[in-house]
Amino acid sequence: MALLEVENLKVEFPTRKGVLTAVDNVSFNVEQGEILGVVGESGAGKSMTGAAVIGLLEPPGRIGGGQIRLDGKRIDNLSPDEMRKIRGRHIGAIFQDPLTSLNPLFTVGEQLVETIRTHLPMSAADAKKRAIGWLAEVGIPAPDRRFDQYPHQFSGGMRQRVVIALALCAEPRLIIADEPTTALDVSVQAQIIALLKRVCRERNAAAILVTHDMGVIAETADRVAVMYAGRLAEIGPVAHVLQKPSHPYTAGLMGSIPRVGPRPKRLIQIEGSMPRLTDIPSGCAFNPRCPKVFAECHRIRPELRPVADGAAACLLYEGVTQ
Amino acid sequence: MFVFLVRRLLQAVMVMLAVAFIAFLMFRYLGDPVNNIVSQDATQQQREEVRQRLGLDDPMAIQYGRFVINAAKGDFGVSYRNSRPVSALLAERLPATAELVLVAALLSLVLGIPLGIYTALKPRGVLSQGLQIMSLIGISLPTFVTGILLILVFSVWLGWLPSFGRGDVIDIGWWSTGFLTASGLKALILPSFMLCLFQLTLIMRLVRAEMLEVLRADYIKFAKARGLKNRAIHFRHALKNTLIPVVTIFGLQLGGLIAFAIITETVFQWPGMGALFIQAVNFTDVPVMAAYLVMVSLIFVIINTSVDLLYNVIDPRLRTDPTRASGKGA
Ligand SMILES: Nc1ncnc2c1ncn2[C@@H]1O[C@H](COP(=O)(O)OP(=O)(O)OP(=O)(O)O)[C@@H](O)[C@H]1O
Ligand code: SF4
Ligand SMILES: [Mg+2]
Repeated sequence: MALLEVENLKVEFPTRKGVLTAVDNVSFNVEQGEILGVVGESGAGKSMTGAAVIGLLEPPGRIGGGQIRLDGKRIDNLSPDEMRKIRGRHIGAIFQDPLTSLNPLFTVGEQLVETIRTHLPMSAADAKKRAIGWLAEVGIPAPDRRFDQYPHQFSGGMRQRVVIALALCAEPRLIIADEPTTALDVSVQAQIIALLKRVCRERNAAAILVTHDMGVIAETADRVAVMYAGRLAEIGPVAHVLQKPSHPYTAGLMGSIPRVGPRPKRLIQIEGSMPRLTDIPSGCAFNPRCPKVFAECHRIRPELRPVADGAAACLLYEGVTQ
Repeated sequence: MFVFLVRRLLQAVMVMLAVAFIAFLMFRYLGDPVNNIVSQDATQQQREEVRQRLGLDDPMAIQYGRFVINAAKGDFGVSYRNSRPVSALLAERLPATAELVLVAALLSLVLGIPLGIYTALKPRGVLSQGLQIMSLIGISLPTFVTGILLILVFSVWLGWLPSFGRGDVIDIGWWSTGFLTASGLKALILPSFMLCLFQLTLIMRLVRAEMLEVLRADYIKFAKARGLKNRAIHFRHALKNTLIPVVTIFGLQLGGLIAFAIITETVFQWPGMGALFIQAVNFTDVPVMAAYLVMVSLIFVIINTSVDLLYNVIDPRLRTDPTRASGKGA
């Protein structure tokens, strides 16, 4: 059984003009210890999917359908307090901005100890020892001294290390990292990703890693999910999706990544932009921009089908005649 | 920290010197001090003698210096009206005002902060909405009107609480306190409530607004993601951040309470410094007015300086910290 199973997940926002569907019928699994990359244009629903899994959708956003299971047990219909006990303990989260994720008025030590003691039965002294251990683990020099310092005394990269320690200190088996390096200096981004990968691997923790950086996906993830307009376009092993994408959208996305190399290939941009939630076309959501579009694409909504080692939602693979 | 302290104290001294200068000008130019001492039919020569004795012919700077030194020693001369030393008059009236202001300040915090938190956490509750409306009324009614309404309801109609005076007081050294007798405590209720009402509503609305703002912050979202209990999130993480602006406003308003105490003391015939000041104004009793001015300013300055220091305690970012430089670097 997979660690996390997401089945037909729908995330909705009721508005005056009707209900918007930010995440539409998304299904995927995350295996024990696996790193799943999630990519897609801005507004594709990546963050909303993560927020739904960890139970932190901000009202009026809500789960409008489907199931989320952790170890086979449903977690999408738990009471607020039951869900709170899962957060931090079983599912951890790391957000974009390390500068604002830490409470400025508490030392990093206080924040670590409080998190550890919320979830694990432990004396204050043991929790402190463990907290210092975590600071060392995430590569913070002089952890005993740093334990008593406030967030403003750390640099951005160091703060994100603290955030990683905070997300992992109660030993969850799944981490949701939503663009964990976007706000950081380019020079420290790679270090933070490498750290995240190392701590996950060492503890056999799985991760959902949302990023815009294909290089990060290529180096870090085992599988990758591609989202478009709230739907899952394609999911599969990284090597497969990156080199031989099945879905025309993924192909376009890969084409638009400038390659580092002696002879940069021509930049293939996907024409147009992703539709707003209010006017998603019928049939395949990608049809206005798809180079391979055909008549049925405007009528039939493609389902996710197994293709090669992964799965893609495109009528080309549904045996629909062109 | 030490540098900060010294700088802050220097500023406070400068402010006090400026206030003393205004008080000095009042002394010197609000009526002729000689007239207040000699009898109506004194000769010109007698007048000159008094002038000399009082040092009124000395250069301004020397007179001012003398005034400041005397003021620092607590010597503001003798009241024109009842010929007693001003310092003694003020000392006699200080406890009444201090106790009134203290109770009002505590009430505004003890009621204002929890009510603010409550209305922020349950913004749609019936009680919250009711409190919001009440606070609007509280903030817009003139205080003497609420004071008179309070007297009407609790003293005249219900007869529960006294409408004037301090009740029985007990002397502890030179301090007379109303805290130790039942009638003294009862007498405090209405005046302190009237006095605190404006500040209470202000603090409640401020705490509410700040709390709502803080609850949207990223570190609150991350605290939720860490699975912290609601209690810890609301009362540890959110409240502490909320309190920073509250401390400022509270400090500013504490001075305001002392100033507004003049009105309360008049409405309730409370024998405090404010009432003394109003009498002094009626009789142009300049030494008392000057002393009141200096004294209230001193309290203002002490409060503001303490608030600045308190910030440093609450907010670690403001502490000048030698480890900070070495703590940099990814
Ligand atoms: N409060 C809201 N009301 C209505 N729609 C919302 C609300 N919050 C988010 N959305 C919509 O939900 C959709 C998905 O947003 P989401 O944040 O998941 O995108 P994302 O893939 O994470 O994008 P990015 O790369 O920019 O982070 C967006 O189209 C957004 O407009
Ligand atoms: S279903 Fe049609 S429009 Fe959609 S991706 Fe496939 S070919 Fe393109
Ligand atoms: Mg996002």
